[in-house]
Amino acid sequence: MTVEAWLKAAIADAERRGLPQLTPLLEGLAQSMTTLRKASLTERAGGETHDR
Amino acid sequence: MTVEEFARLWRERRVSAQEVTDTCLQAIERDNPRLNAFILVTAEEARQQARIADEELASGLDRGPLHGVPFSLKDLFDVDGQPTTAASHVRDGHVATSDAALVNTLRHAGAVLIGKTNLHEFALGTTNEESGYGPVRNPIDPARVSGGSSGGSAVSVATGMALATLGTDTGGSIRIPAAACGIVGLKPTYDELSCDGVVPLSKTLDHAGPLTQTVTDAAIVYQVLRGLPAQRTIHARAANTLRLAIPTPYFLDAIETDVRRSFEQAIEQLRAAGATIGEVTINHVALTPAVYVMLAFGDAAPYHAVALDTMPERYTEPVRLRLETARYVLAEDYVRALAGRDLLRRSVDAALSGYDALILPTLPLVAPALGTTTVEIAGRQEPVRNAMLRLTQLFNVTGHPAISLPIARSSTGLPVGLQLVGTRMQTSALLTLARTVEQTLGALSA
Repeated sequence: MTVEAWLKAAIADAERRGLPQLTPLLEGLAQSMTTLRKASLTERAGGETHDR
Repeated sequence: MTVEEFARLWRERRVSAQEVTDTCLQAIERDNPRLNAFILVTAEEARQQARIADEELASGLDRGPLHGVPFSLKDLFDVDGQPTTAASHVRDGHVATSDAALVNTLRHAGAVLIGKTNLHEFALGTTNEESGYGPVRNPIDPARVSGGSSGGSAVSVATGMALATLGTDTGGSIRIPAAACGIVGLKPTYDELSCDGVVPLSKTLDHAGPLTQTVTDAAIVYQVLRGLPAQRTIHARAANTLRLAIPTPYFLDAIETDVRRSFEQAIEQLRAAGATIGEVTINHVALTPAVYVMLAFGDAAPYHAVALDTMPERYTEPVRLRLETARYVLAEDYVRALAGRDLLRRSVDAALSGYDALILPTLPLVAPALGTTTVEIAGRQEPVRNAMLRLTQLFNVTGHPAISLPIARSSTGLPVGLQLVGTRMQTSALLTLARTVEQTLGALSA
């Protein structure tokens, strides 16, 4: 799931649950997700296998 | 009176545990109504424990350096027969059926348990404003926050309501209120002190530790809690043997003028005393807030899920909204954060290579006014929570031991804290180093 798709779904779910106040907090969490994903911290299928 | 002073005077029969306990209880009676540091005061139990301590010493039984010492406990620690509120009405009706592991250790050491202190609800915050029991106020300026989440604990020691206290630190919650209130706060290496019987925020990031008036007192409490050979004082090193590193990018990018000035003066004093002071870069440090939030939220969400669904109105609104946000963390991002933790841990290890400790401010600002939601520092506007966590949270992620000690007062009379970060599993060495820095800079009590 992309960060964009996650954010859209999370905001819609929060609104459905009567929590529209979560929108700015979810947007902040989305920024953290983007930061972590850009950092390529984990191994990737199809990529090199790291020593364990 | 410090723990060290009490231990000496008590054994010289110049003061009794009952007298000192009564003095603490009088301070609570006098100052707690305006500062709101305590949720529960157990005066009668404390007097009884103090009387037993005096009798034991008179009969020749000496339980060591915490015997007879009045202690407060952050109200996350279970005490048998008492409620553990976590400063939340979510836990109304709870009564602990056993002592937390560290409370049990304190009891065997003969400490006098004087009461349970207020905190930021469920330890999820840095100011202590959001508590089911009302905000804790800063003893130097009650219009300002105490810092949090162990704010009530810090205030209890800063005002003589207790000689020492136990707090917890998930992103800075021991060091932040220690800095804001002008006392010492120690976060040992991760997992050195048991969190069994402590209401968790994030088991990946939670640390338990002492808040005290001096570094020596912090060392005494730490040694007893670790089961190490108890000493009643610690000795400083020669200042000219210190090798300290300032982590420059990120940490010093946005610091209030008063804090920067105090920090630079401390560095100059240490250099003048012969300390070697270099500069280091911590690789990947900009990942810290993202790694931190994913771990803290990922851990907190399952713990709070049922209460959020069944009694949401019992949380303070800001804490409830943060916990609801936490429920949206994806497993794959949590795993990325765990990998980020490993990377950051190696980065801090590398930065410490060739140095005894990192040296940096504890907070980039002095205690903000109650009600402050955003701050502007060096032209940068940000939520007060983010600013208050910025210099401390990395060392929760990596587990390195860290201590805050007071070094100065701002132009408005508010305390400024200095943070020292040591090598993992070398907390005792960090305490010796911190004692050296404290002695070199001159003690500054609250």
